[in-house]
Amino acid sequence: MPRIESDVNRFRQIVRGRVREELKKHLGHTELFGKQGGRVVSIPVPHLDLPHFTHDTGGKGVGQGDGAGDGSGKGAGDQPGAHILEAEFTVEELAKMLGEALELPRIRPKGQDEMASRGGRYTGITTSGPESLRHFKRSYRQALRRLIVSGSYDAANPKVALVRSDRRYRTWKPRSLPKANAAILYAMDVSGSMGDEQKEIVRTESFWLDAWIRAHYQGTRTVYIVHDAAAKEVDRDAFFRIRESGGTVISSAYELAARIVEERFPAQDWNVYFFHFTDGENYSRQDSDRSADLVAEKLLPSLNLFGYGQVEALGTRGDFYDVLRTRFDNDERVALSRLPDRDAVVDSIKSFLGKGL
Amino acid sequence: MSSVLPAELSREQERIEGFARELGLTFFRVVFEMVDWKQMNALAAYGGFPTRYPHWRWGMEYAELSKSYEYGLHKIYEMVINNDPTYAYLLQGNAMVDQKLVMAHVYGHADFFLNNVYYSHTNRKMIDAMANHATRVRRHMERHGVEPVERFLDATLSVEDLIDPGAVFRARPRQDATPKDVPEPRDVGRLPSKPYLDRYVNPPAYIEERRQAMTAAREEAKRNPPSPERDVLGFVLTQAPLDPWERDVLELVRDESYYFLPQRQTKVMNEGWASYWHTHMMTTRILTDAEVIDYADHHSGTVAVSPGRLNPYKLGLELFRDIERRWNTGQFGPEWDACDRMSERRRWDKKLGLGRDKVFEVRRLHCDATFLDEFLTQEFCEQQGLFVSKKNARTGQDEVDSRSFDDVKQALLFHFTNGGRPVIEVIDANYANRGELLLTHRHVGVDLRMDWAKEVLENLTRIWKRPVRLETIVANKPKRLGHDGTRTIEEDLEHAALKTKTRAR
Repeated sequence: MPRIESDVNRFRQIVRGRVREELKKHLGHTELFGKQGGRVVSIPVPHLDLPHFTHDTGGKGVGQGDGAGDGSGKGAGDQPGAHILEAEFTVEELAKMLGEALELPRIRPKGQDEMASRGGRYTGITTSGPESLRHFKRSYRQALRRLIVSGSYDAANPKVALVRSDRRYRTWKPRSLPKANAAILYAMDVSGSMGDEQKEIVRTESFWLDAWIRAHYQGTRTVYIVHDAAAKEVDRDAFFRIRESGGTVISSAYELAARIVEERFPAQDWNVYFFHFTDGENYSRQDSDRSADLVAEKLLPSLNLFGYGQVEALGTRGDFYDVLRTRFDNDERVALSRLPDRDAVVDSIKSFLGKGL
Repeated sequence: MSSVLPAELSREQERIEGFARELGLTFFRVVFEMVDWKQMNALAAYGGFPTRYPHWRWGMEYAELSKSYEYGLHKIYEMVINNDPTYAYLLQGNAMVDQKLVMAHVYGHADFFLNNVYYSHTNRKMIDAMANHATRVRRHMERHGVEPVERFLDATLSVEDLIDPGAVFRARPRQDATPKDVPEPRDVGRLPSKPYLDRYVNPPAYIEERRQAMTAAREEAKRNPPSPERDVLGFVLTQAPLDPWERDVLELVRDESYYFLPQRQTKVMNEGWASYWHTHMMTTRILTDAEVIDYADHHSGTVAVSPGRLNPYKLGLELFRDIERRWNTGQFGPEWDACDRMSERRRWDKKLGLGRDKVFEVRRLHCDATFLDEFLTQEFCEQQGLFVSKKNARTGQDEVDSRSFDDVKQALLFHFTNGGRPVIEVIDANYANRGELLLTHRHVGVDLRMDWAKEVLENLTRIWKRPVRLETIVANKPKRLGHDGTRTIEEDLEHAALKTKTRAR
C-alpha cells in the first residue's frame, strides 16, 4: 500500500521548519494558540502552494443556480476553500525554538551549590546495616572468598556459612539535586485604561515567558495578581478576563506580591520571577516612589528577576517606566520594556529573558 | 496490493460489466481493489497511483484529506486510473448499492479513457511508469541528497503545466518552417532598371531599407526557437545546461504532466459521461426495489449544485442528455437554427433517434473546451440557470454578474481553454545575446497573478541557470518581468518594443 507516511513526515518537517524560521513573525500574534490541549500547541499554517502562472481573475467564475428566479445571488467561483493545516508542537519544543530564535541564554538557577540533599540512590555497600538491606549475593561471595583464602573450602561438600564479618549491606549515597523550583508571579493592571488588545499582548508574552522558564525548572508555580487601586490574587482564567475600572495604584500589587513571596516562596528555596504589566499611568507620583521603594527593599532581595512591561495603548504615556529606569538602571535583576504593539513582544521577551537569570 | 474483492462484489462486477458491454461501452479490463479510508486518502493524495516519487506535496494532500475526512467533510467514493488494466478503488464498508453505483460509474470512465481521442497518446502502463519514476527520484535523492533534489522538483513542478497540448498530435517534432539551406541572396535586391534610371528606380533610401531588412532577416534566422515554442518544459529540457539527474527529473515530471493533461482537458466530459452511464445502468438494470431511495439520495448528492459552484458531474451529465435529446428529435442543423417560432420549436420532433450514436461520437472526439463550444445552447444555458458570478469588491460576496448566454459561454470557454491557465511561450533562448530565456504571455484580457508569476520566474532561473524574462501586460501596460536568480526585475515597455507584436507570424 502507498508509502504516504514518509511524505507526510517530510511535509511536517517542512512546515515546522517554516514555523521555526518565521517564529519571530508569529511571536506577537495569538493565532498561535488557537487550540491548546494539554501540553501540545497547534499552530495553524497556510496551505503551501507551488506557484504557477495563473490568471488574476478577480473572483470571476461561472455558477449554476437551479431554475428561474434563483435569487440566492451567491455564486462561488472555482476557487477551492482555504484549508487549514496545523502543525503541532509541545510547549518544550516551542520554548526551545524561542531560545534559538531569540538567542536566549539558558537560565542558571541561582544557588545551585547550596543544594538540598533530599534524594539518594542505593548504590553503595557497607559492612553494617539493617538486615532488611542485606545484600545476599555480596555477603555470600565474601564468605566464599574467606573460605577459599583460608583453604577450608571443600568442593565436594560446598557448604558456606556466613560469619558476622561477611555480611554486606546496601547503602544509599546522598545525591545533591540542583534545587530547581521556580515561582512565577504575574501582575497585571486591569484598570479601565487596559483594553482587550493590551491584555492579548500580556497573554501572548506571558505564554512565552512561561514556556521558557518552565523549560529550565522541574517544578514551577504560577501566581496571578490583578490590580487596579487594590490588588488581589486570581486564577489564570480570571487573570486574562477580568476587567475593572478605576485608577491604578501600583504599590498595591507590589505589596501583595511581596507578601506572597515572603509567605510561600522564601528566597532560599525558590527562584522567584515577578513580571508586572501595566500601562504605567500610576495614580500619583508618591505612589510611584513608594512602589519603587517596595521593589528595591522588599522584592528584589528575594527575586531572580523583576520584569516590567509597559503596555502602551494609543495615546497613553505612562511615566512609571521612567521612574524605574532612573532608579534601577544598573541593576541587572531588573528588566524593563515597552510594548506599544504586538510586534514589540519579541524585543520585550528578549529584554526579560536575555539575561539568563 | 490489497484484499481480493469479496465474492458478492465480484458477481456484481461481472453483471455490471456485462451490461456495459451490451450497451456498447468498450474498455480495458477493469480491476477493482477494496481499500479502507486511510488507503483511499493516501491513493487520492497520490492522484490515484499506489506509487509516486517522494514529495511533500502528497503528504500535505494526505494530511488535508485525513483531517477533512475525520471532520466528516468529505468521503471519496470512487477513484479510477487511466491504465491497462484500468484500476479502480472501492471503499471498504460502503453499502452494496454504493459499490454498484461506483462500479457502473467506473465503467463509464473506463470507456472514456479507452475511446476519447485526447487519451490516445497516454501511456497505458502508467502505474509501472510511475513506480519507475519513484525509483529514479529515490536514487537521485540517495546520491545527491534529499534537499537539492526536492528543491529542483519544487522548481520543476511550478512550471509543470507549461506544455503544448497540441504537441501530442504531431507525429514528430516540428521542423523549422524555412529550410536551412536556402542560399542567401547575393545583393540587396535591386530592381532591374536602365543605368540612367537607376537612381530613380533604386533610390539610396530604398537600398538602405532593403539592406536593413536583410540584416534583420539574417538575425531572425539565428533565432532559437525559430517560432514561439509552447512546450516550455520540453524546450528547457533540451536546451538548459542541466546535470544528468536534473534532466532526468525534468523529463519524468514532463512525462507525468503530459499523461495527466487529458484528464485536465476532459473533466466535465469524463464525469458527465460516467454519470450518464451510471444513471442509465442503475435505473434500467441494476437497482433492486429496496435500493432505489438510497441510490437516488447518493446520485443527487453527486450532481447537486452548491450555491454557485460549477459541478462538472452535473454540467457534463445534463449536456450529454441534452445532446441525446436534440439528436433524437432532430433539433439541430440549419433548418432548426433558422426556425424562430417558439411554438414550432417546442413541438419539434423529427423522430430521428440519432441521440445515442451522437453521444458516442461526441465522447470520442471532444474535449471540454470544444464540447462546450459546440453544444452549449442558449436554451440549455437558461434551463440550467447558468450564470457568471463576480466578487463584489465592497462586500466581498460573490454576486451574479450576468445571465446572458454570450457572457456565460465566454466565461466557460475561458475557464476550460488550456485548463483556464495562461498560455506562455518561449520566444528567445538567447535574449539580448546574454543567454537569457525570454518568454511571452499571450494576453487574452486577463492579467497574470503577479506574486506567483515572479516566483515562477525565480523557479525557472533554477532550471535555466540564467536570468529569465517574461513579456506580459499589466493593467494595460506592456511589461517585462524578470528574475536573475537573486532579485526580481520589472521593466516597462513601449508597445512597439513588444517582441510578440513586432514579429510577423
